[in-house]
Amino acid sequence: MATPETSTVDTPEGSRDGDKLIVFDKVVKRFGDNVVLRDLDFTVASGERVTLIGPSGSGKTTILRLLMTLESLDDGHIWVDGEPLWHMRKGDRLVPANEAHLRDVRTKIGMVFQQFNLFPNMSVLRNITEAPIRVLGKSREEADAEARELLERVGLEAKIDAHPNQLSGGQQQRVAIARALAMGPKILLLDEVTSALDPELVAGVLGVLREIAETTDITMLIVTHEMHFARDVSHRVMMFDGGQVVEQGPPDKIFGACDHERTKRFLHAVIEAR
Amino acid sequence: MASLNIGPWADDLLNGLWVTVYITLLSAALAVVVAFTLGMVVRLRHIVPRTIARVVIEFLRGTSLLVQLFWLFYALPLIGYRLDPIQVGVLAFGLNFGAYGAEVVRGAINSVPRAQWEGAIALNLSPFHRMRRVILPQALPLMIPPFGNLLIQLIKSTPLVFLITLTDLTAVADQYRASEGNEAFIFGLLLVVYFVLAYISTIGMHLLEAAAKARLGEREKPAEILAFHGPAPEEREAA
Amino acid sequence: MTWDWGYAQDIFPDILHAFIRYTLVVTVLASALAATLGLVFAVIRGAHVPVVAPLTTAFIEFVRSTPIPIQLFFMFYVLPSLGLTLSGMFVGVLVLGVHYSCYYAEVYRAGIDNVPKGQWEACTALSMPARYRWTHVVLPQAIRNVLPSLGNYVISMFKETPFLFLIAVPEMVQEAVAIGGRSFRYLEALTIAGLIFLVASYPAAVAMRKLEKRLGHA
Repeated sequence: MATPETSTVDTPEGSRDGDKLIVFDKVVKRFGDNVVLRDLDFTVASGERVTLIGPSGSGKTTILRLLMTLESLDDGHIWVDGEPLWHMRKGDRLVPANEAHLRDVRTKIGMVFQQFNLFPNMSVLRNITEAPIRVLGKSREEADAEARELLERVGLEAKIDAHPNQLSGGQQQRVAIARALAMGPKILLLDEVTSALDPELVAGVLGVLREIAETTDITMLIVTHEMHFARDVSHRVMMFDGGQVVEQGPPDKIFGACDHERTKRFLHAVIEAR
Repeated sequence: MASLNIGPWADDLLNGLWVTVYITLLSAALAVVVAFTLGMVVRLRHIVPRTIARVVIEFLRGTSLLVQLFWLFYALPLIGYRLDPIQVGVLAFGLNFGAYGAEVVRGAINSVPRAQWEGAIALNLSPFHRMRRVILPQALPLMIPPFGNLLIQLIKSTPLVFLITLTDLTAVADQYRASEGNEAFIFGLLLVVYFVLAYISTIGMHLLEAAAKARLGEREKPAEILAFHGPAPEEREAA
Repeated sequence: MTWDWGYAQDIFPDILHAFIRYTLVVTVLASALAATLGLVFAVIRGAHVPVVAPLTTAFIEFVRSTPIPIQLFFMFYVLPSLGLTLSGMFVGVLVLGVHYSCYYAEVYRAGIDNVPKGQWEACTALSMPARYRWTHVVLPQAIRNVLPSLGNYVISMFKETPFLFLIAVPEMVQEAVAIGGRSFRYLEALTIAGLIFLVASYPAAVAMRKLEKRLGHA
């Protein structure tokens, strides 16, 4: 993984106050010759739920993966809760972050993947409790109790001892959501979490996410094609194309009467396909 | 057929068999240790240990087992270290097969889907826990068939120790041949015995594999466990 | 005891000579035998010839699982009693060739299995006779698939040639031990032997890996 360069940059205005939880500052990400994100700037406030829409290749998933430290930064800065993500402070300079710093900041971020990524060698219970025990240092009893609560919330208490390959896709994804929440993240990243599911299982997963949106103030970044869900749950919708923000605004505006031709075309195509 | 006169030889043959089995087990144990050590070191990000491990692996795989055996037996004492024949045998087999095993370990770990690594990273598991709790348990079932292969090749290699003065099954057979003749009988018998040893190992490996897969929630059919597949020389993975 | 360069230089030609005259020759001949016989086995099994195919399978499994030294001894001592007195080299090439043909048979089988079903079906649709189908469509593709594996087995066999000294073939390792024994200096002799192996097998192994990558992973 390429490491970002050392720089002297001040903390962007406002990223220290509780308001701007995530700040992307002139972020550049390349894959080989392909520039996926170019000089991207945007912010997300604490408690805000933002949906990212746009054609594939527009960089939406890359944004999530950068936040989850699954991809490295080529240029620019990312701030999470006032702390630089891919850099660390050394005196008054910023240098590329080491593994220890990444692990520090990562605790605030959780992710649910399109392919669930449950660990097949562990039961549902252990999938959920593994990280809280090993990383957060919780006791087994504590972790187990919390896991049960979370499973109840997602409607799967009965499956607590099952193995992932005994569950349907929708059930696995709900377990994956519980697993991510068990770490108590401030930010939840949802990467096309229903795209790999049979259509009849999608509603179950979306229901769980709706419930989380209504009952918590966790910050969410959602990449999805489920426009109804996005409309119901998000505070803001951002339309991406070619690694840049084309348009952003509240769901009613974007889905109702958006400004840009590009956005209009995209939404038409997506709605058509349904 | 001339009298086989096997009676007085029965004891010796059994002792020889025991030596063969004993050496196999010890060498296998050492090989597993060597395989995991080299296999994991060669995956480290730091270039120095990685290169050293790679060189060791290529060296052990690229020179013939017999040369290594003889070198340890004849040449090593001349530079100051004297080992007894059993130690020489176990060391040579353990290192040589451990080097092949290292490639198996490395390959199996690389075969675990990238998505599992990402799931573990997303949960912020430390590299140690990632490997121990998520990756290795999934890599283990993938390692067992090739390890089974190597075990059979190990068994097939044990006759070499008769060249370094150990009285294994082959050594006794040769003594019998020298004294009683009946070559077809004794070597034919040996072929059958080695085959049975290979088959027992294969069943053992299938049981291990079934146990490992059970932890992933997959069940093995009994017919699979008893099926026999002969070995093949280890192939080189793209390094 | 320390390394004596002068001595090493002296004995090097003898060891190299034994390598070329015996080790290399045996490897080449036995590999040729193995490649051909293995193909025959594979086709028999692939075509599911009744009676012969299962027997072939049993033979392959048995030979693959038993030690080469024992097979060498068996052939070396048993063949004369059948009236065939053969040199050690001949028996060596025979045993190694047959032993490895069993590995090759498996490799070919994998290669044949990887030829897409569609190819067979196209042959049927074109009413191609069975023999033609094998020689012109299936086998060329199968062999291309497994070329790197075949190369690797040549390298493996090469490393098992030392066993031949058990049946009086003065191959390289035995030469090295004999030379070493004459002057009680084993260090140089065996190290040279080991290095010759390494120098001969490593580039070949690297070449196989490159071939594998170029063919897009058999």
